[in-house]
Amino acid sequence: MLTISLLWTNMEKRAQEISQEPLLKISNIDVFQGTFQALWDVSLEVKAGEIVGLIGANTSGKSTLLDTISGLLHPAKGKIEFDGQDISTMEPFHIVELGITQVPEGRGIFPDMSVLDNLILGSYSKRARSRKKENLENVYQHFPILETRKKQMAKTLSGGEQQMLVLGRGLMADPKLMLLDEMSLGLAPIIITSLYKALQEIRERGITILFVEQNVRRSLQEADRAYILEVGRVTLSGTAEELREEEEVKKAYFGV
Amino acid sequence: MIDISSLAGPLVNGILWGGLFALIGMGLSLVFGVMNLINVAHGDLVILATYFAFFLSTGLFMRYNLPFDMDPILSLVIIIPVMFGLGYAIQKFLMSRAFKVSAEAPLIIAFGISLIIQNVALRFWTPMSRSLTPPYVLDAFVIGPLRIRVVYVIAFVAALIIVFLLREFLRRTYLGRAISATAQNKSAAHLMGVNTGRVYAFAFAISMAVAAVAGVCLGLIFSFTPEKGIQFLIIAFGVVIIGGLGSMVGTLLGGIIMGLVMTFGGLIDTNWQMLLVYLVVIVVLAARPQGILGR
Repeated sequence: MLTISLLWTNMEKRAQEISQEPLLKISNIDVFQGTFQALWDVSLEVKAGEIVGLIGANTSGKSTLLDTISGLLHPAKGKIEFDGQDISTMEPFHIVELGITQVPEGRGIFPDMSVLDNLILGSYSKRARSRKKENLENVYQHFPILETRKKQMAKTLSGGEQQMLVLGRGLMADPKLMLLDEMSLGLAPIIITSLYKALQEIRERGITILFVEQNVRRSLQEADRAYILEVGRVTLSGTAEELREEEEVKKAYFGV
Repeated sequence: MIDISSLAGPLVNGILWGGLFALIGMGLSLVFGVMNLINVAHGDLVILATYFAFFLSTGLFMRYNLPFDMDPILSLVIIIPVMFGLGYAIQKFLMSRAFKVSAEAPLIIAFGISLIIQNVALRFWTPMSRSLTPPYVLDAFVIGPLRIRVVYVIAFVAALIIVFLLREFLRRTYLGRAISATAQNKSAAHLMGVNTGRVYAFAFAISMAVAAVAGVCLGLIFSFTPEKGIQFLIIAFGVVIIGGLGSMVGTLLGGIIMGLVMTFGGLIDTNWQMLLVYLVVIVVLAARPQGILGR
């Protein structure tokens, strides 16, 4: 059973790499928060197996964009397609079923539940429940400290450990695409480095990653490609190398 | 000199009453904890269950006299599912829409439900004071100088069972965990694939099922009229505030404390009973707002 499902996932991956159709395709969306327009004509693509960065300051609309992909908000105009399906108007739980998981800003742990309970909740969707045991093993491999602390209340964990917890919880949802919102907020550089290392390992499992980050240098180190978001619009995009050469980015680079 | 043995009565009775108060408070606590809704109709919904049991045990209803004769505890087999369904429907069709309108709308709807229930009860069963009176209603265990009414013990045991069941449900089942998670962090739960609409509906339904048990126990212990709902709502608030939000065991403790305050307050002066209760609530709010076991 296990070998067959592994074989199938590999076949799926290869099929996607061959097809070149992006896993996530956002086309010209406008998104409003109440009467305030947060995103203007935003387009974005993420191909399977990529790590894509979304760079921008606080008011750029990055979190709004992630929330829209996750279905917490819906675009007033434009389209979002995932794995060939139009998800623009879907409810969040439906989108999780399809394979998109968001690790929200500020960690979003369930503070009064144990580490293990938090992780188990990650496999709430029908898609993930059947692979709960496997995914739990994987999470413990990536983040051994979570296994050590599995009976502790989530609110007693340090900031870095809480971030690992929500990353692990995201993995429990058996995602095809993981969205990460400001993973490094408030964490020491050494911890941030180990988190991004874990991210690369996660990518090696075949999970596609779209992360939001304020730190330009860090983003361009870790991502394959990146988009720069300013006040609700995409102002620049390209591979990490291309962006490092761009004048504008160089200014921000040295500024940070 | 205070006679120790004369304190035993209020002590035991206070603890047992605590079971009933805890039962009434649990439904309120669940709904407030999960969806931040202060269900001001909760007391009336409990009384509705009581009247339902009254109807099933006496057959009285407006000017009709149907040949019903069900034991109130047995009638829970019917009342619990009906209240469960009612709760699910109220949340799914009324409250969920009210939430979309504004933050205060659900409160107003709850108030409306409260009024409707009181007036329906008034119409169907008149303002006469009623009681549930199965054969064992006045029986008591006699232990030395103590007379402990059987129905007090029933209510207390019911409270223990329900606290246990609820706690296990919230901790071990996927739906229970989803309800806990939604109470702790709604948007994170949303992102986990939890269907928060369904979670809210189930939380309200469970709250009503517990209210059903509370209603029957209430009718066995106290007499009731259509307006009694408000009085018990206030007691439920006190229980939840003292015990702390989010903890089922806390609600049990809160109930017991309320029960003890009432029985010992009654020793001092029956007119002061409720005043003492309110004073305790104020003190707890001032000294430890999150309650004894609250988050």
